[in-house]
Amino acid sequence: MSVLTLSKAINEGLRKAMEDDPKVLIMGEDVGKLGGVFRVTDGLQKDFGEDRVIDTPLAESGIVGTAIGLALRGYRPICEIQFDGFVFPAADQIITQLAKMPLRSLGAIKLPVVVRIPCGGGIGAVEHHSESPEAYFTHTGGLRVVACSNPADAYSMIQQAVRCDDPVIFFEPKRRYWEKADVDTSSTDWWTPFDEATVVRQGTDVTLLAYGPMVKTCLEAATAAQEEGRSLEVIDLRSLNPLDFPKVMESARKTGRVVVVHEAPVYNGFGAELAARITESCFYHLESPVLRVGGFSTPYPPSKLEEHYLPDLDRVLEAVDRTFTF
Amino acid sequence: MTVDASRGADAPPELVQLLTPEGERVEHPDYDIDLTPEEVRSLYRDLVLVRRVDLEAVALQRQGELGIWASLLGQEAAQIGSGRALTDADMAFPTYREHGVAWCRDVDPVKLLGLFRGVNHGGWDPAEHNFHLYTIVIGSQTLHAVGYAMGIQRDGANAATIAYFGDGATSQGDVNESFIWASVFNAPIVFFCQNNQWAISEPLEKQSRIPLYRRASGFGFPGIRVDGNDVFACLAVTRQALKNAREGQGPTLIEAFTYRMGAHTTTDDPTRYRVASELEAWKLKDPIERVKAFLVRNELADQAFLDSVEAEAEDLGADLRRRCLEMPDPEPLEIFDHVYTGPHALVAEERAQYAAYLEGFER
Repeated sequence: MSVLTLSKAINEGLRKAMEDDPKVLIMGEDVGKLGGVFRVTDGLQKDFGEDRVIDTPLAESGIVGTAIGLALRGYRPICEIQFDGFVFPAADQIITQLAKMPLRSLGAIKLPVVVRIPCGGGIGAVEHHSESPEAYFTHTGGLRVVACSNPADAYSMIQQAVRCDDPVIFFEPKRRYWEKADVDTSSTDWWTPFDEATVVRQGTDVTLLAYGPMVKTCLEAATAAQEEGRSLEVIDLRSLNPLDFPKVMESARKTGRVVVVHEAPVYNGFGAELAARITESCFYHLESPVLRVGGFSTPYPPSKLEEHYLPDLDRVLEAVDRTFTF
Repeated sequence: MTVDASRGADAPPELVQLLTPEGERVEHPDYDIDLTPEEVRSLYRDLVLVRRVDLEAVALQRQGELGIWASLLGQEAAQIGSGRALTDADMAFPTYREHGVAWCRDVDPVKLLGLFRGVNHGGWDPAEHNFHLYTIVIGSQTLHAVGYAMGIQRDGANAATIAYFGDGATSQGDVNESFIWASVFNAPIVFFCQNNQWAISEPLEKQSRIPLYRRASGFGFPGIRVDGNDVFACLAVTRQALKNAREGQGPTLIEAFTYRMGAHTTTDDPTRYRVASELEAWKLKDPIERVKAFLVRNELADQAFLDSVEAEAEDLGADLRRRCLEMPDPEPLEIFDHVYTGPHALVAEERAQYAAYLEGFER
């Protein structure tokens, strides 16, 4: 058992994946000597060499496009996109090629490519460094989309993503990179399959659905609500595509009230899918409409305003209160 | 800055040519080639047969059997010449018009029709023939080809990749990124640009102010322009470039200067954007006629041989037609197949729902 930050946990997971399989490669901008701008790949080039930890030219479409070619040759590349807002130059390769090529070949091709994306805001960054682009990718058939929220999950989920024969979009909550927790790096026994959701706090009155950076916010909200006598259940979705809907449904039927929390804009965001599904499947169990808390339908604001844009404990609790007004 | 207009995008040939349009063999100091009569006859056969495959596919489209077809008419020499330069271990990444290269890789021509008939999006195993799937998005495959070449490098294999694309694709970011990657990683790859002069309705002047092969120098590797209607020259130049790539000398850009004699696809009408005299001028450079003239002029083939190739072409066309019509429509639930390699809850759920819905009609 080691106490690891989330970024170090991913680093350890990547190291393990590279040790286990010589076909695993890491590629991206600054991933080598610098160890990535968040140091997630720190030390890996030193230990595995420049042929396996590849510093690439500064072009995201090229990173993902050549990763596809390497995967066609039998390698398992892990691409690092430096920041969420920089994934858009690679969106064409991800959406038109990475997601669809296995089907195009009627299953003859496997593309075990992982695209790691540090996502979300809260670190006072400049434009294009704080976005939550998950809905673009959950909308695309052929991709698996997952989001880790804590060091232990980060460690196990990155390894599962690398082992997966499908392309995986792997979201890392950048403002949680420095959060620490115990991680058992000696065993795989405790690993939850990376396409399953986990109930991270049991409750009876309201279900909070979150993933990535908002899981911690929701746990804090649940603690605060407890002091006011309300019992909130918190589910970490972990996988957005596929979605572990049975677990969501079970909780929604139990509590009858659901609040979805994410950083991305609410409009057409992932919460809309959850709200629609819950309404369809749990209509007679609901005490109130499914509410959503998230970003606004604006570009991500300058950092001096991000505390207004990002859901915080108070906005979550306000939504919880509203579920009791119907 | 000034641009030398005399060396513009469509500047006249500074190109490698080994066979004139009249069928006369010419020498080239760097790219000569020694072909046996049998090899020449074989190239001629390839050219005639792939033109026949293409002609049959156009006819099938006109009769409503294919949704669309991208004709290779006029580009046979570029494709057969480069395709025959490949060894079995080399990997080809085509766009959607490389029916001649597919022929050289022994991909059954009927498999090419599936995409255009709408029964699948590709449907052959690229590893079986080292011929990747057709890529519709312009230029995307050039990056895949470079990545694959980087894999060859890591494997230490004696092989190279070849990436096919058109003149229009040279405007795409991915093609330029692939040039950068190939250059800085010294990847074993040949970029084979078939400059057929038109990107749907847009002429070459809309893509470049300099000859395309000269782009390569800006990326730090050699570029060469070859007569794309000369199968000997295309074979010789591609063979050399692939050899260089396999030997660790990095990428080469080959610009095959050719002409798309038909429409971009069966959906467009070239008479709206280009003049008839242009087509007439290029007809005089027909890639098949010049090999035929060479064979006849040098008494390397008699009428019986030419007739036998024609007969083989007729049979091939008829066989392709028959097998196209026999191609079954996919079953509805095949929509859900091959999206993921393993179980996927969402796809399984939608599949089950749609199956139940369909069953409702059958009862």
